[in-house]
Amino acid sequence: MADDKDVLRDVWFGRIPACFTLSPEETTEREAEPYYLLLPRVSYLTLVTDKVKKHFLRVMKAEDVEEMWLEYEGTPLKWHYPIGVLFDLHASNTALPWNVTVHFKNFPEDDLLHCASNSVIEAHFMSCIKEADALKHKGQVINDMQKKDHKQLWMGLQNDKFDQFWAMNRKLMEYPTEEGGFRYIPFRIYQTMSDRPFIQKLFRPVSPEGHTLTLGDLLKELFPAAICAEGGWHQR
Amino acid sequence: MRVIDVLLKAVSDAPIMKTKKRSVERGRTVQSLAQFISLFLKLDPSEQLFIYVSQSFSPSPHQEVGVFFECFGSDGKLCVLRYCKSQAWG
Repeated sequence: MADDKDVLRDVWFGRIPACFTLSPEETTEREAEPYYLLLPRVSYLTLVTDKVKKHFLRVMKAEDVEEMWLEYEGTPLKWHYPIGVLFDLHASNTALPWNVTVHFKNFPEDDLLHCASNSVIEAHFMSCIKEADALKHKGQVINDMQKKDHKQLWMGLQNDKFDQFWAMNRKLMEYPTEEGGFRYIPFRIYQTMSDRPFIQKLFRPVSPEGHTLTLGDLLKELFPAAICAEGGWHQR
Repeated sequence: MRVIDVLLKAVSDAPIMKTKKRSVERGRTVQSLAQFISLFLKLDPSEQLFIYVSQSFSPSPHQEVGVFFECFGSDGKLCVLRYCKSQAWG
């Protein structure tokens, strides 16, 4: 993994400039100024928007405030998807900053999961890590870790500490050299034009003949519509 | 094949179901399956129900059951899901 460190850093420190505006449906005591924030792509909305919430609560009465939720052009934003996925899925063609609308009432129960505290995000995040490891190593690596190791992964994400996170995540990304890769590659294909949450299937990193497979091979097999006849990429 | 077989196994203090094997639609969400189990077992609405895959992770309520059949099913035939009333595998 060491040679990939620059790439890992670039991915980790990817940011999306966002402008948060209070929904006009909300009742305020005085005008609410928009709030600007750089959002980490690899994090979760509810984990990084405490300041947004505090900012708008200053102009609102406590009785007008329920659980905060966010929306972009009419689409409620699912906090349990990584921020980068949400942006690419819903807003990748828009000019920056990303204009996100903030709501404090009429929570869309059918579209969003509740997020009462950071422990809900932590449980979701750890579950994703465990699911990925179940595919990569039959769950052996994550199960061999101690509680404090799990905590380190979570604290690394929560506090945006690259080194803290990767000191532990490195173990989850290792595989025996003779096997040439994980058992299966954990991946999800999200589509804008579909009601289904995502496509997720089993895919081995190495072909039966021993060739190392690429992302292109994965898409060709599992989601050919993403690749044009000329071999280019489709915007989906 | 739009319908898959799931085996619902109770963990710790959760009541067992007489008919463990159920056919469910691939597109059914974890949330809707959990609601079904809660109703079937006549759990109190205040009681939580956790669902686990591979005895390791608890999927997001929006996730489709078909994915577990596809990725964590045994022999591509049956998908074992475990349910309990308290967190079992953290």
